[in-house]
Amino acid sequence: MSTLEIRDLKVSVDTDAGAVEILKGVDLTIKSGQTHAIMGPNGSGKSTLAYSIAGHPKYTIVGGSVTLDGADVLDMTVDERAKAGLFLAMQYPVEVPGVSVSNFLRTAATALRGEAPKLRTWTGEVKDAMQALNMDPAFAFRNVNEGFSGGEKKRHEIMQLELLKPKIAILDETDSGLDVDALRIVSEGVNRAKDKNNLGVVLITHYTRILQYIKPDFVHVFSNGRIVEEGGADLADKLETKGYADYVSN
Amino acid sequence: MSLLATNYLTPTGREEAWRFTPLKRLRGLHDGLASLGNHTSLYSRGNLATGVSFSLESLEPLASSDDVIIERIRGISPQVSHLHIAANSEISEPILLGRRGAALDSAEHSRVRISLGAHAVATVIMENTGACLLAEDLEIALAPGSRLSFITLQEFESTSVYTARHHAVIDKDAQFKSITITVGGDLVRILPTVEFISPGGSAELLGVYFATAGQFFEHRIHVDHAVPHAKSRVNFKGALTGRDAHTVWIGDVLIRAAAEGTDTYELNRNLLLSDGARADSVPNLEIETGEIIGAGHASTTGRFDDEQLFYLMSRGISLEDAKRLVVRGFFNEIITEIGIEEIINRLMVRIDTELEKAGA
Repeated sequence: MSTLEIRDLKVSVDTDAGAVEILKGVDLTIKSGQTHAIMGPNGSGKSTLAYSIAGHPKYTIVGGSVTLDGADVLDMTVDERAKAGLFLAMQYPVEVPGVSVSNFLRTAATALRGEAPKLRTWTGEVKDAMQALNMDPAFAFRNVNEGFSGGEKKRHEIMQLELLKPKIAILDETDSGLDVDALRIVSEGVNRAKDKNNLGVVLITHYTRILQYIKPDFVHVFSNGRIVEEGGADLADKLETKGYADYVSN
Repeated sequence: MSLLATNYLTPTGREEAWRFTPLKRLRGLHDGLASLGNHTSLYSRGNLATGVSFSLESLEPLASSDDVIIERIRGISPQVSHLHIAANSEISEPILLGRRGAALDSAEHSRVRISLGAHAVATVIMENTGACLLAEDLEIALAPGSRLSFITLQEFESTSVYTARHHAVIDKDAQFKSITITVGGDLVRILPTVEFISPGGSAELLGVYFATAGQFFEHRIHVDHAVPHAKSRVNFKGALTGRDAHTVWIGDVLIRAAAEGTDTYELNRNLLLSDGARADSVPNLEIETGEIIGAGHASTTGRFDDEQLFYLMSRGISLEDAKRLVVRGFFNEIITEIGIEEIINRLMVRIDTELEKAGA
C-alpha cells in the first residue's frame, strides 16, 4: 500500500518575462488502487503538475511538498523518483535516436530492479506486453519513439507502465490523439496494471471519453493552477454536459 | 634530416588546409624534421583468399597531391604495400590489415595501395593501433564495376601522431564505401578524398570520431565530381569531451562543369559533451553546373538534449547511463554499418570507457 501526498504545491517556470507561477497550491492524495481523474481546460497547469512530480528541470518548486510513503520526492533526482515507484506516461514521449526499444526497456528494467532481468524470462515478458497492446514484435528493434505514430507512442508508454510496475502512475493526456480502438487497447493496459500491481493512477485529461474505459474513483477539476472542485465519477458526467465554463472565471 | 625539394612547401599554419592543425604536435612530419625510421608497420592478418595478394612493390602514385606531407612520403618511400584483389573475385570474408606502431622517436613514411580489378568485390579492414609517428599515403583504385567497403579504425595509443590521405579513384560504375573511425591518438589528421574518373560511380564516406581531453582529430574530406552521373554521400558524426578536445571536419565537395547528373549530400553532426571542447565543422559545396540531381549539406553541433535525458531518467535510468545510451545511440547509425559484431562491440566498449574516464 503506497500513498503519494501532494501538499500546497507551488511551482513556477522561467519565461522571458521572469518567473511565472503556474501551480498555486495543489493538494492531492493518491493511494494504491485508486484512480484520480484530473480534468480542466488547456493551460490550467495539469501537465505542470505531472512534470513537477516527475522532476523535470524546467519547473521550479516554490513551495509545498510531495511525499511517497513519507519519503521526500522533491529531494530526489529524476531516476530516484522512478526507483521510488513513480511513473509518468508522457503526452509527447521523446525520440532517442539510435537506441532500440528493446535496449531501452532492458536498461530501464535493470535500473529499477537492481539487476539485469534474466534474458529468457525478459524476452517473454516483453513479448507478452507487446502482444497485449497489439504491437508488432518488430517494434522492439525500432529506435525509441523515432518515427512512431501518435498511437504507437502511447502504446509504448503503457507498455513501459506494465513492464516497469510502478506504484503510482501519472498519465498525462494519454488519450489525446488516439482513435477509438487504440483508446480501448491503451485503457485495457492501464486497467491490467491496476489489477495486477494495485497501481494508483492519476489520469490527466480534457475529455471524459477515456473515463468510460478507466473508471475514476475521484474526479478533480483543475483551473488556474489549483483544484477548484472535487467529486466522484458523476462529476465527470456533469463536466461532459456543462464544460469548464463555471470554473475558468476565477 | 631530409633535404627534399618539397621543403619549401613547409606549412606555416596560415594556409587554408593547415589553419586548424596544431603543427607542433605533428612532431616534424610537416617540416621534414622528424628523424626517419625504417619500419613498415602494416601487415596482413590471417590467410589471404584466392585472388588476393599483398606485397611490397615499386609503384608510381595513382593521383597527384598538393599535400606537403604526401609529397614528402613519396619522395622518401618508393616502396608501396600493395593489396590487390584480382578482377572478378568476390571475397566474402573481410581482408584484415593490421598495424601495431612501436616507435615514437622516429617517423614512418608509409605508402599503401589497395586496388580492385574489374568487378571485384571486397571488404578491407585496416586496424591501426600502437604508438607511432606515422605519415601515410594510402591510395585506393577501383576498376570498373568493382565494389569496396573500406573500414579504417584509428585505435592508436594516446601518444600517437597519424597524418594520412586516404584517396580513392573510382572508375566506371564502381562503388566505394568507407567507414573511418577515429578514437585514439594524440593527433590524427586524415584526408578522406575521392575522385571519379568515369561516369556511374558512387562513394559513401561514413565516419565517427570521439575526442577526449587534449586530443586533436581532423577529417578533411574532398569529393571531386569531375565526370557526369556519379553519386556521393558523406556522413560523419563526432563527440567530444574534456578540456581541449578538438575536432575538425571539413567537407569539400566540388561539382565541376562536366559533372552533370551529380547527386551529392554531406552531413556532419557533433555532440559536445562538456565545456572546454571545440568542434569545427565546415561544409563547402562548390557547384559549376546546374544540371545536377541534387546537392546539399548540413552541419550541426549541439549538446546533450535535456528532454532525452529526462525521458530516460524518468524510467529509472541514472544520469550516467542515460548519457551513455544517448552517445551510443548517436554513433549507432554509423558504427553498425561496420557489420562485424566483434568490432562494433569493441568500439562501443571503448566509447563507454572514454566517457567514464572523462566523467561526462
